[in-house]
Parts: sequence; C-alpha cells; structure tokens
Amino acid sequence: MPVPRAVVIGGSAGALEVLRMIVRELPQSLSCPVVIVIHLPSHSSGLAELLGVDTPLTVKQAEDKEPMVAGTIYIAPPSYHLLVEAQRSFALSVDPPVHFSRPSIDVLFETASDVYGAGLIGVLLSGASEDGAAGLQEIHAAGGTTIVQSPLSAEVAIMPAAALALFEPTYVWSPNDIASGLMSLVSGRSP
Amino acid sequence: MRLDISDAEIRQLLETLYQRYHYDFRQYAPASLKRRLLQALTHFHCQTLAQLQERVLSDESVFPRLLEYLTVQVSDLFRDPEFFLAVRTQAVPLLATYPSLKLWVAGCSTGEEAYSYAILLAEEGLLDRTRIYATDINDGSLRKAQQGVYSLDRMKQFTLNHRTAGGHGSLSDYYHASKDSAVMSPTLKQHITFADHSLATDSIFSEVQLVSCRNVLIYFDKALQDRALGLFSDALCRRGFLCLGTKESVRFSAYAQRFQEVSGEQKIYRRVD
Repeated sequence: MPVPRAVVIGGSAGALEVLRMIVRELPQSLSCPVVIVIHLPSHSSGLAELLGVDTPLTVKQAEDKEPMVAGTIYIAPPSYHLLVEAQRSFALSVDPPVHFSRPSIDVLFETASDVYGAGLIGVLLSGASEDGAAGLQEIHAAGGTTIVQSPLSAEVAIMPAAALALFEPTYVWSPNDIASGLMSLVSGRSP
Repeated sequence: MRLDISDAEIRQLLETLYQRYHYDFRQYAPASLKRRLLQALTHFHCQTLAQLQERVLSDESVFPRLLEYLTVQVSDLFRDPEFFLAVRTQAVPLLATYPSLKLWVAGCSTGEEAYSYAILLAEEGLLDRTRIYATDINDGSLRKAQQGVYSLDRMKQFTLNHRTAGGHGSLSDYYHASKDSAVMSPTLKQHITFADHSLATDSIFSEVQLVSCRNVLIYFDKALQDRALGLFSDALCRRGFLCLGTKESVRFSAYAQRFQEVSGEQKIYRRVD
C-alpha cells in the first residue's frame, strides 16, 4: 500500500482518550504530518503538552504559514480555524464558527482534501456535533481513506453517526482498531 | 454536494475584480478565500465562478455584496480582553508621554476595535489629545463603523470583556440604548476618522504612535504580510507600538529586526529605532 501523505483527525466529546491511544501507537518513523482538530473550551491550549507525553514525536500547535513537516503532530490553536494551503503549509482564520465550532473539523478536512486528495487519511472520532461529517465525505469523494469510530464504541455517537449517514467510509473501527490500523496504514501496510 | 472551483478560475476572478474595481485580493491566503468564494456562489445562486464573474461584471450592485463575503470580519468590543489589558498596562504609560497621539487601526471592519481603543484612552485620560485612524477596504463596513450601532444583546458580552480588560468605569457611559441597539457615544466618534485604505495597494498617510492590526495578516500570503508590516514600520514613530493578533507574528517577516517584543503572548511590539 502507498504511504499516506497526511493524516487528519477530528473529534469532540469523548475523543481525547481515543486520540491518546492513536498517538501512542504512531511509529517514530512516521513519514507524514498528522493534523488534529479537537473541540475544547476556548481557553484550553494544553493539548499539545498532554499528547507530547504519549509520544517521542514532536507535538505542537500549528502556526500561520508554517510548513507541514513529516513526523510532526499539529494541533489547531483554540478559537482559530486551521486550513491547509496548496504549498503544504498552514493558514489560520477567524471566519465564523462552522457547526458552532472554531476550529472546525470540516474546515480542516475540506482544505486538506483539496491539497492531498487520495493521499489523505481522515479519522473522525466520538463527538456531540455533526462537524466533520461533510469534510470526511469530501475526503472520501476525493479518493482518500476514511476511518470512523464505530458509534457503539463512541462515548458520544452523534459525530460518527452523522458521517455514517452521509456515506460508507473505508473503515468503521473501535478505538483499539483505529490505533493499530492507523499505525499500519501510515507505515504503508494493510491494516 | 459541495460545488467545486479551480485555482485557475479563482485567479481569473481576482484578476477581473482588480482590473474592474481596483480591489486587489490576488495576494490573499488562498484556502480561506476559496471557502468564502464557495459561500458566495451559494448566496448568489451560481454554479460556477465564471457565472459569478459574469454577474459581477454585468451588475454593479453585485460587487459590494461579494465584497461582504471576501472581507467582513465579525469583531467584538474589547475582543481578547487580556490583550487590551496588556495595552493598558504596558503601552498606555508610554503613550501618555506624547503631547498628541495618533493611532491606526488597520482593517477595522465594522469599528468595534477602534471604539475599544477610544474607550480605553478616554478612561486613561488620553482621548482628548488622540486621533484614531480606522481603515478598511470595505465601504459598507466603514459606514457601519461610522454609525457605531451594535445590537444591544451583544453588550452583555462586551461589558464582561471591558471589565476583564481593566475598564475603570461602566461601559454604558460610552453608548446609549435605542430600541434594540447600542449607539456609541459622539464623544468617541469625534476622535475617530474612518477611511478607505488598502494594505495591498495604498501607502502610508500619517505618522502614528500605535498601529493595531489584529487577525488581518492571517488572511494574507507571505508577500502581502511583508508589505503590510513594511507600511506599519514606516508609519510608526521611533519606538512606536505594533499590535498583532494572538496567532500573528513579525518573526518570519522581512521586518523582524525592526521590532522588539513587548508582550510575546499578546503580540505587542515596539519599533526598534
């Protein structure tokens, strides 16, 4: 299997623990960037530090115009949308919230899909909003790989269920399977 | 299903807007611009950018409405209160040493930021000797800014912001309620000049002691960010203050050496020489 060119992950309520499982499994030899939007209260900016404990990989808040580097895990800054530009760098915006959220998962997923097309893996986790479903559908339509946390395994099923109502993703997995499956996929192996 | 538009179509439209209306969006950060154009397509019931372009060219009333999609930012009075608190504690004592003060709020949109500075300076006893230039490229926004009328239901949040920003008095001293609206006080307006100015195509117009341009540069590409920072650097007096958005920085620009950090967290800088 070809190694993906980027991974984008979105989630909200109930996603943090799953996210930590994913990050723990990411290989040190990770050869693509991983970008994360998790809805959190606007003033909490400690997610990068929190996830940094789980992995030897660099975990940092994405900055405006920053080039996306392989092997780095980027987190959207609180209260800003995070977008991917064609030259594989980030842009921020304070455009209105999407699905009441800024950062919005849809905004990240749609702009990343525009740039990476079939080379993108999109992961949508537990959450209490429908943000991310339309964006993941776009990744799917562009030929990318899509992973949805199984609603039964999700602490809050609204977000994964919204995606499943739109299209049939490549994989519907439990948290354990997401962590190990994504590890295989980013290493160029079948899950 | 979402409509799709190509980069070539976007370039074509931006070129047309520049040639016909002299508004230059060619150096805006593409990803945000594309999202906004997609929203505009839906609003104008167009299937393609070519259709939208046709309407912009054939119907003069379309462009101002399109401009709303391309430029308008929603702001608040004392947005990011910690920032205004830092201005109050770290910049105001030095600004107070000037016999007369000029501020430039670049990209002022509908005026909230400019009124916030006016209120802050009034509370610090400096407004009487201050002129605030508040500029934007959107005439519609500038008209709203000049009117200074905001929905009354936003005032609860604004009042909270004002207090967190170290406000001494009551925010209600600076507006009066009229039906469902809060109308900003004429005393504030006397000290603000709202004017049309483009960071992409215009040059500087006055020497100022403080430039505030928050959450505007993130919409520009690197070259245009550099142009804007060059204008700010040229407009500022020696040791003048530059205020950027929380996620903006002079660090990677051609002008990094011209500025020294006053508050790294709140993105307040001073011109070095």
